[in-house]
Amino acid sequence: MSVTHDARIQVHKPASTAQRPAVRGWPDINNPAAWIVAVILLIMPLIANGFFLIEIFATTLILGTIALSLMFLAGYGGMVSLMQLTIAGFAAYMVAVFGVSGNANISLGWPWWLAVPMALTLATIFGTLGGALAVRTEGIYTIMITLAIGAAFYYFTNQNWAIFNGHTGINNVATPHFWGVDWRADIPFYYVVLATAALCYFAVEYISRAPFGLALQGVRDNPRRMAALGFNVNAHRVAAYAVASFIAGLAGVLQVWNYRQISPGSVSVGACIDVLIIAVVGGITRPVGPYIGALVFVLLRTFALDFLVKIGLDGNRFRLLIGLGFLAIVFWSSDGVIGLWQRWRQSQVREENRPGGGRGHG
Amino acid sequence: MDSVAQRLSAVGAGAALELRGVTRLFGALAALTDVTITVRPGERRAVLGSNGAGKTTLFNCITGDFPPSSGTIRFFGEDVTHFPPYERIRRGLRRTYQISALFPGLTVQDNVYLACRGVSRGRFSFLRPGQNDALMHAADGLVQAVHLTGVKDQRVAELAHGQQRQLEIALALAGAPRFVLFDEPAAGLSPTERVELVEILTSLPPHIGYIIIEHDMDVALRVVESVTMMHNGRIFKEGLPQEIQSAPEVQELYLGGGHE
Repeated sequence: MSVTHDARIQVHKPASTAQRPAVRGWPDINNPAAWIVAVILLIMPLIANGFFLIEIFATTLILGTIALSLMFLAGYGGMVSLMQLTIAGFAAYMVAVFGVSGNANISLGWPWWLAVPMALTLATIFGTLGGALAVRTEGIYTIMITLAIGAAFYYFTNQNWAIFNGHTGINNVATPHFWGVDWRADIPFYYVVLATAALCYFAVEYISRAPFGLALQGVRDNPRRMAALGFNVNAHRVAAYAVASFIAGLAGVLQVWNYRQISPGSVSVGACIDVLIIAVVGGITRPVGPYIGALVFVLLRTFALDFLVKIGLDGNRFRLLIGLGFLAIVFWSSDGVIGLWQRWRQSQVREENRPGGGRGHG
Repeated sequence: MDSVAQRLSAVGAGAALELRGVTRLFGALAALTDVTITVRPGERRAVLGSNGAGKTTLFNCITGDFPPSSGTIRFFGEDVTHFPPYERIRRGLRRTYQISALFPGLTVQDNVYLACRGVSRGRFSFLRPGQNDALMHAADGLVQAVHLTGVKDQRVAELAHGQQRQLEIALALAGAPRFVLFDEPAAGLSPTERVELVEILTSLPPHIGYIIIEHDMDVALRVVESVTMMHNGRIFKEGLPQEIQSAPEVQELYLGGGHE
């Protein structure tokens, strides 16, 4: 009955171990709703016009990916970082600075396939250094430090003319053309954005069940115990910032291609907080949450103006609607829209199971 | 006691754990004062004392959760006084917590898997474990050893108290432990669960030594061969379980009275 002997003898458990990775690792595979969403996203250019394709869906996917990087840190690591938009903005600036733009005195004119890896590398380094500062603190202090980094970057871009071109920013940023395709044309760009967002989404979902992601969730639940199991907790946290920075950097590259310009307004403190709102409204417990939050945010931002004008209010009050929606969701569901959805699904399932009795617990 | 002597001689000489003059201050309060203890490899020892005697602080100094204010700590001859906790754990030290310190958002299996991963390579791996992953199998074995196989896919937050205490022990036995610190493992367990606990402790492989903090003398004295008594952050008596059980100080400590 020795414990460690049992650990070696007891090797074959085919039934339970075999099904675990497939089913629990990729919950989407068994979810018909996920397949429907995937198909709709793939055939979107057939249904939506250019405005919807880019202004609504591509923008949602870009913002959602930035919020995904926050979800990765906050949902799995318990670290609320307000600098994820700043990192995306930094990557966007770097694409403009190293690549080709209308500001020839600033841009170095590298081809996009050199400028983009450079921008991603620098953004990852930037975010990792910021993370290394932030992991020395917990809770509200992490929020304060990352917000301070975001605010400092915003004011720096406003005042620095040599690299960031001050408050006018960098305009007419070139977008990639190759294989005879203008990749910023609506339909190709939509697919570039969709592919990047899907890559980030599945990467986050995959990592969440890999040793690194599990350890990150362990750090979230009980950092002290993680140290008592042999983990270097701070190193794990910094590594999580590196991953999140890379994801945010990818979204930043897409953002600068989307608008073809980048200016301090895009990295303002308000925009940093928007990312937090997006992630919380959607739900930070699962990677799909940030995308749902981003869709709600973009729809409100785009249509609330017309709606408010129609009912006789000032159109610029669309933030009021977002704020009220945020309040309502946080009040009713601490894990956002997906939390509401999951609870509704569970109540449905419970009602179905009631006559036959619930599943047994082995 | 012959088997104990055989077991200890088999694991060799030297000290598993050697504390010299360890003191820990919290502000002006001395939680530990000049504690010197030597524990041989494979030795099993109980630390007894009233609340506030410094028992858990002693554990925290040994694992590095709080570094000592002065003194040195050696683990199998190596000076680990200034090592962070994870470096000590990777060298074969383990501990459990008085109040279960688990990962409530993860399943039982994932908790134990993390414990196995923490003391092996690939802590930062981005690759999911495959179906024949050795650590996954090791985790399965540990889950079974503490009788939790039936609930291994449940989230820890949903477990009963007794099950959480058993998981607490499983986490401390992952990998190749050389020395374990058990902090009140029987706290809140039912009489049946206490019997299981004694069985788990006595059936540990002989080379694994431990220190156990335990208020239940029935559990504590049945699973150790030596006892250290602490009071007000100091050691005031060391001896065999039989000696300690009949000592007047112990009678006083556990059967009412108690020094203030």
